[in-house]
Amino acid sequence: MPSPKSAYSIPTEKGKLDTHIFVVWVDNEAGVLARVVGLFSGRGYNIESLAVAEIDATRNISRITIVTTGTPQVIDQIKLQLKKLVPVHKVADFKREDKKVIFKEMALLKIVAQKKKIEKCLKECKKFNPVILDKTNKSVVIQITALRREIDKMSKKLKPFGLTSTSRTGAIAMTRGAETFK
Amino acid sequence: MSKLYTGAEIVFKCLEDQDVEYIFGYPGGAVLPIYDELKNHSSIKHILVRHEQGAGHAAEGYARSSGKPGVVLVTSGPGATNVVTALTDAYMDSVPLVCISGQVPTHLIGTDAFQECDTTGITRPCTKHNWLVKDIKDLSKVMHEAFKVATTGRPGPVLIDIPKDIQFAKTNYAKFKKEKKLNGKIHNKFSENEINQLIDLISKAKKPVVYTGGGVINSGPQASETLKEFVRLIGFPITSTLQGLGAFPGDDNQFIGMLGMHGTYEANNAMHDCDLLINIGARFDDRITGKIDEFSPKSKKVHIDIDPSSINKIIKVDLAIVGDVNEVIRSAIKKISKKQNGFKNSNKQKISKWWEQIQKWRTKDSLGFINSDKEIKPQHAVKRLYELTKNQDTFITTEVGQHQMWAAQHYKFNKPNRWMTSGGLGTMGYGLPAAVGVQIAHPDKLVIDIAGEASVLMTMQEMSTAVQYNLPIKIFILNNQYMGMVRQWQELLHEKNYSESYSEALPDFVKLAEAYGCKGIKADNPLDLDDKIQEMINYKGPVIFDCHVDPNENCFPMIPSGKPHNQMILGPNDKEENKITGKGKSLV
Repeated sequence: MPSPKSAYSIPTEKGKLDTHIFVVWVDNEAGVLARVVGLFSGRGYNIESLAVAEIDATRNISRITIVTTGTPQVIDQIKLQLKKLVPVHKVADFKREDKKVIFKEMALLKIVAQKKKIEKCLKECKKFNPVILDKTNKSVVIQITALRREIDKMSKKLKPFGLTSTSRTGAIAMTRGAETFK
Repeated sequence: MSKLYTGAEIVFKCLEDQDVEYIFGYPGGAVLPIYDELKNHSSIKHILVRHEQGAGHAAEGYARSSGKPGVVLVTSGPGATNVVTALTDAYMDSVPLVCISGQVPTHLIGTDAFQECDTTGITRPCTKHNWLVKDIKDLSKVMHEAFKVATTGRPGPVLIDIPKDIQFAKTNYAKFKKEKKLNGKIHNKFSENEINQLIDLISKAKKPVVYTGGGVINSGPQASETLKEFVRLIGFPITSTLQGLGAFPGDDNQFIGMLGMHGTYEANNAMHDCDLLINIGARFDDRITGKIDEFSPKSKKVHIDIDPSSINKIIKVDLAIVGDVNEVIRSAIKKISKKQNGFKNSNKQKISKWWEQIQKWRTKDSLGFINSDKEIKPQHAVKRLYELTKNQDTFITTEVGQHQMWAAQHYKFNKPNRWMTSGGLGTMGYGLPAAVGVQIAHPDKLVIDIAGEASVLMTMQEMSTAVQYNLPIKIFILNNQYMGMVRQWQELLHEKNYSESYSEALPDFVKLAEAYGCKGIKADNPLDLDDKIQEMINYKGPVIFDCHVDPNENCFPMIPSGKPHNQMILGPNDKEENKITGKGKSLV
């Protein structure tokens, strides 16, 4: 039960949560990431993952990709609030289920084990474009690119084979086909 | 080679190009170069406050009463942190402020230098945008951009943090050209189709209500005129939020009073039972909506607002028109006039039953109170103040609490920009410094701060500012010795446990007034009240008016939180639903 004796109204029932990916084009200037992230924390929105980097050095544009969950109303608010920020140029919003959009995350996996086990690991990773970045007699660093859930699964799977360290990026996104988001 | 200017000079050049006449500020180490430059710019007058929060609220009062942005100048560290309350207040109530703060020299940033703080970090969530100027070449561009951001779209505060070495550094200054083109953050592209839909809804409505807010005021005085024309044309009842008071004449018959938590019975019932709700420049604040699930359940809802993020934030609407209020209603009027052909009459007939219902609600007289000839009732005091000042163009500011609600209920505003109150943030201590700013903008007008004794003590030091600049502001204190609204809630909800809401050892406000060098008047007898108010009005200087009122009076009507609009608690005059009991009580 919500607390009585309150000056504020009682929370209404929460709607269904959807996962969305926001792509935000911003001026690459001091504090811009803090503005975007501060908006999320200040308004109680959720960030599942975040990826930022400059994509256009001449125009000083960075691209921020944020994975978030919220009710349709909250998702709508996030988009509108982001658009209000002065250094924000445009905001794209994709549903995770959207077939027209590619989502990818990258992970670096360090496996410390004997050769046999390492080979097994590589085999397991095959689906996710594994690249061997470093190799010694008893270890290997593998780079894979996949979806979040797939990487989650891989981490679990490779644990018994000597996975000792995982480093992963947030998701990045791009639309399929010749069109670009305007 | 063109002349080189210092950063401090550029600050003033920009202010001159932006037609700034007044700065509200307080000097300190990190802004001394700017203060040093002040003497060379006679068109800009500096108003020295006594606390930076006062500077911020004074600038808000100036901005809200004049329609121009308020400019604040403070030093680094404590200067900047003291102004944060005012910036947040301006952000919540959409008031255009440009705050310039000094900062420690760039090479010391990040070293915990004396009076250093992360000003842009602290003010990021309470400004529309802020800038830390690290290169003198950016300064003029940032200054002009700041004015643009503060005043366009939905207005709000901005802050420019200027390190001391930048204030000394030199560069060129290019003459500023005012742009006509609006930037991409402004949304004023509503379509003809949307206007047609609005008119269609208007012509079909049987129980309509217009609900207006501060957006009408922010759209400029012209918007209020347009609103009047529009509402008279369609003949609908109109209610207003706290911030929207004055946009439509408060004594007009079509005006059904303020709505919301302490709104009138007729306004809140009309909101609940209507079949068409036209929101013009308001934001469905939680003090307005009550319980969201049961908010105006039977109505089609239209929302006209310049801020797209206000649409569907709290209440889902059927038709959203994003644009400047004045332009949207202007084009609606045009369309209606074109269509005409008996439309006006038939529409008014359709809603005549609705008006009958509203008249019935009106007979409840929900703002009524039981007057006394022994004690001054606070509502009576506000009513008398209104009667004795309504013949002149009066500007009212308030603090926050019961007195604020009584002022909103009983003082009738007929023009926009005459009512300055802290609504969104609810800042006690807002009214006195705001009155200072209002009086600066309107030196010959009557400016009254309707105050509570607890609130006004929070920024009482600004009386010194009023005296310094001969500002004849009147501080009308409804003194009930309690934090009245806190006491009211404690009485109704916390079993009369008046925990820390009684102020012991209040100052003698008459002596306090004299100490500041202004006039003090005390009233505690209803029979003398009129004479004393008249004495206050006639006095040519600042006055503190200590009006002792009944300490047990509560502010009614009241919608308990978590309740819909049609379940209000009415005052003691109402026999049927005399007291809050049982379940209703736990929900307030």
